[in-house]
Amino acid sequence: MIMIFGIPGPLLFGQLLLGLINGAFYAMLSLGLAVIFGMLNIINFAHGALFMMGAFASWMLLNYCGIGYFPALILAPLLIGAFGIVLEKTVISRLYKLDHLYGLLLTFGLALVIEGLFRNAYGSSGLPYRIPEILTGAMNLGFMYMPIYRGWVVLAALVVCISTWAIIEKTSLGATLRAATENAPMVQAFGVNVPRLITLTYGGGVALAAFAGVLAAPIYSVNPNMGDNFINTVFAVVVIGGMGSIMGSIITGFGLGVIEGLTKVFYPQGSATVVFVVMVIVLLTRPRGLFGKAA
Amino acid sequence: MILSRRSALATAAAASTLPLIRPALISPARAQTPTIKIGVLNDQSGPYTNTGGATSVVCAKQALEDFGVSTKGMNVEVISADHQNKPDLAVSIARQWFDRDGVDMLLDVPTSSVALALQSVVREKNKVYLNSGAASSALTGAQCSPNFIHWTYDTYMLAKSTGGAMVKAGGDKWYFLTADYAFGKQLQADTSALVNASGGKVLGAAQYPFPGTTDFSSFLVQAQSSGAKVLGLANAGGDTVNSIKQAHEFGLTSTMQIAALLMFITDVHALGLDVAGGLNLTESFYWDLNEKTRAFTKRVLPKTPKNYPNMDHAGCYSATLHYLKTVADMGVAEAKKDGVATVNRMKAMPVEDDCFGQSKIREDGRNLVTSYLFKVKTPAESKGPWDYYNLVATTPGDEAYRPLADGHCPIVKV
Amino acid sequence: MFGFSRAQSIAFIVMLVLIVVSPYVLYPVFLMRVLCAALFACAFNLMIGYVGLLSFGHAAFFGMGSYVAAWTMKVWHVDASIAILFGAATGAVLGFFLGYLAIRRSGIYFAMITLALAQMVYFFCLEAPFTGGEDGIQQVPRGHLFGFIDLTNDMTMYWVVAAVFIGGFLLVHRIIHSPFGQVLKGIRENEPRATSLGYRTDDYKLIAFVLSCMIAGAAGGTKALVFGIATLTDVHYSTSGEIVLTTLLGGLGTVFGPAMGALVVTSMENYLAQFGAWVTVTQGVIFMVCVLAFRRGIIGEIGAYLKISL
Repeated sequence: MIMIFGIPGPLLFGQLLLGLINGAFYAMLSLGLAVIFGMLNIINFAHGALFMMGAFASWMLLNYCGIGYFPALILAPLLIGAFGIVLEKTVISRLYKLDHLYGLLLTFGLALVIEGLFRNAYGSSGLPYRIPEILTGAMNLGFMYMPIYRGWVVLAALVVCISTWAIIEKTSLGATLRAATENAPMVQAFGVNVPRLITLTYGGGVALAAFAGVLAAPIYSVNPNMGDNFINTVFAVVVIGGMGSIMGSIITGFGLGVIEGLTKVFYPQGSATVVFVVMVIVLLTRPRGLFGKAA
Repeated sequence: MILSRRSALATAAAASTLPLIRPALISPARAQTPTIKIGVLNDQSGPYTNTGGATSVVCAKQALEDFGVSTKGMNVEVISADHQNKPDLAVSIARQWFDRDGVDMLLDVPTSSVALALQSVVREKNKVYLNSGAASSALTGAQCSPNFIHWTYDTYMLAKSTGGAMVKAGGDKWYFLTADYAFGKQLQADTSALVNASGGKVLGAAQYPFPGTTDFSSFLVQAQSSGAKVLGLANAGGDTVNSIKQAHEFGLTSTMQIAALLMFITDVHALGLDVAGGLNLTESFYWDLNEKTRAFTKRVLPKTPKNYPNMDHAGCYSATLHYLKTVADMGVAEAKKDGVATVNRMKAMPVEDDCFGQSKIREDGRNLVTSYLFKVKTPAESKGPWDYYNLVATTPGDEAYRPLADGHCPIVKV
Repeated sequence: MFGFSRAQSIAFIVMLVLIVVSPYVLYPVFLMRVLCAALFACAFNLMIGYVGLLSFGHAAFFGMGSYVAAWTMKVWHVDASIAILFGAATGAVLGFFLGYLAIRRSGIYFAMITLALAQMVYFFCLEAPFTGGEDGIQQVPRGHLFGFIDLTNDMTMYWVVAAVFIGGFLLVHRIIHSPFGQVLKGIRENEPRATSLGYRTDDYKLIAFVLSCMIAGAAGGTKALVFGIATLTDVHYSTSGEIVLTTLLGGLGTVFGPAMGALVVTSMENYLAQFGAWVTVTQGVIFMVCVLAFRRGIIGEIGAYLKISL
């Protein structure tokens, strides 16, 4: 067995791979946050709750409608995205004229309401959701056992992240979106329906969170607190990556997942804090974040 | 003129909040037949909702019915509150209950940190504290109290039953997955001691941040590479459910056995038999164990149809029943006056009910109920709803718990 | 007096009367909880109302103040006044270090950074042996004040807490109505102009932050003595969120808003505690309603209606 820094090789590579998987969730969630913040200038504190709703949606689809995992991968984000659009139209759009802080406060309140309602309805111990048959089992990679489902998660996350980035940075739709953030009246003057664009963007960011939720459902038990555990770390990720930078969120998300994984090998008790320590270091040396635009 | 109108309005605004404060008002003492008030304090919205929660209240009320409170002319009331697993909130609620609401007996209280925080409050107010839900053996050890009885189980009993039995069955090398707080550490410590005493060896432990950890994959990978035969889960509730699911995912179950050191039937239900099947766990009550437990369950089930009683719930029933017997014996006024006297009387009287059969309460407040080692059935073996357990071993009450001398309980005269 | 306007002086006297009379009518322990929350909210209001910075991690200072006061009380058996001072000092020192990191940014960035830094403090408290982890520091004695006043009696403790609250309240007010406070106001209105006038705005903001954290630490220390316990809840981000809610509901940037908010929120929690998760839902709904339709908060609305500044 190869020993690296006194740690068996299988263990180290195993943890690196697992860190990558965690990073996939961080990346997807911070991506949604970055999209919403970059385009709408709203800090969507409800992101964790919407992630949780995505997981619940897939559970409900399975248990109430008999719809399985793969259709749920598409349906749940659509459903929750639609819910996001309703939210945007009714509640969030009222905030655009106000100080950004109110957006943070409103979405914080929204998160409390959503989580409280689900807790009342479903309790806190978590509901089971099985890994789909075709993705069960593990591959013996020699240096670790890798559950196939987890490998699938990384793959799906990468595909979604890169596609989102491509849409925003490389297509004309994305260009219009970016233009609308910088100068909405001008873009509107060109005949583009900016409010609708913004609504759809919010829905899109929410759908991303919900997609992450569906991916997460078989791994963690579906419970109302699952968003809580992620949201604080994801915020740190966004701060480190630079608010509003799409590629920054993706790279930072995966990167921090790996760092967290390594910490788990050498100093498990610190694994929860390491992300924040990195954040402090970044703040001291490069306050606008690794990939952020200047404030 | 204008100013006084404004200030009047300001005062009115302040006064308008009074209705919100009404529950905090001190109500004048009323002279009437003394009422025995039982306060069930547990987690009603968090990870232990199904472990305790509303079903504990139902079981406590069942005890009132089975005892025949109305026929004996006693006034008994059961109230409940959610402590949300927060020690400060629990202390606050308990103080209010004792100071203002005339509560005489505190019941259930899962979550060891909360349970420990309440010891001094109950002692200060000289009330009765019957704990069914919490695990820490320190409650009858260094932190014991003359007002307190630990009813249903504790970390030592779990360690001895599950730990000891698994070592005997060949699981001699252990690796722990531990929730890094008082309860997890105590459970790991008690179990490690037993494993070592039985001739086994602890190869290592992964202590993970609690609460908040939902992904145990990296710790499980560590466990796998350690070469241990048994994975000891020193955690509870959602953590246990998650770690087991993920252990399955990583194929751990093909090379290692899992010892779920604290697990209730309600957790098994949450996991599902296809994942939980084959697990070893210890409880002091199982609804399908014998005729009497079945009869009890039949009585309670209509009021809690979705959640079968586990040992925590049964403990609430049993404790309340014994308390009522004691109060009837002492006289309501005497019992209300002095919590220590009531507890002493409870210790003097033998305990008997449908849930636990016969047991005895020791000087340090430890109720010596029988502990049962169960193996969870596979889906094929299960013949009906909640038919989850096969009985593997039985440890009688006087052997299941930590010996009195080892506890260093200050109220015990050595 | 103290820079209060006519209406404010009246409101201040009303508040004093309520403080003096209420323990004979309401449960003193409940009132002490309100007063500690009110002091914490006043400290928080200093930042958001007068400096214009939303700190989403203020629980870190409250909680650390609570822990340190509890620890010095339990282990060193210091005088109660010393314990509370320790709490305040802890808040100030921690505020300095965290503030130094966070002040470089403003607006939402400041909020998110404070949130994340507070999370770090939370995890530190989770791991550090002296905080007792999930158990918290329990069985903290109330001890004596100035060596001879025994605080075990609830009523005596109440008067002490009331005094601490009034002191803190007046201190906040004094800070605002001073030359220093005027500069802060100028920075909030137009920071570039303040900088061009030669003020080192970051330093002013940091000092205000440290003062705010100091008072929050004092509030935490007092709370630990009242309840005899310091736990992780005190440093959890939900406590941070709660204090934002309290101040928002009461009225951001008003003098009496935080106290009013504390009264309403604590009463609501007290009343709703029996309903489990509905507390969370209600808090969330109030947040949303306040942001959408009630931004001035209770005192703010009353003040606007009466055309006075409260």
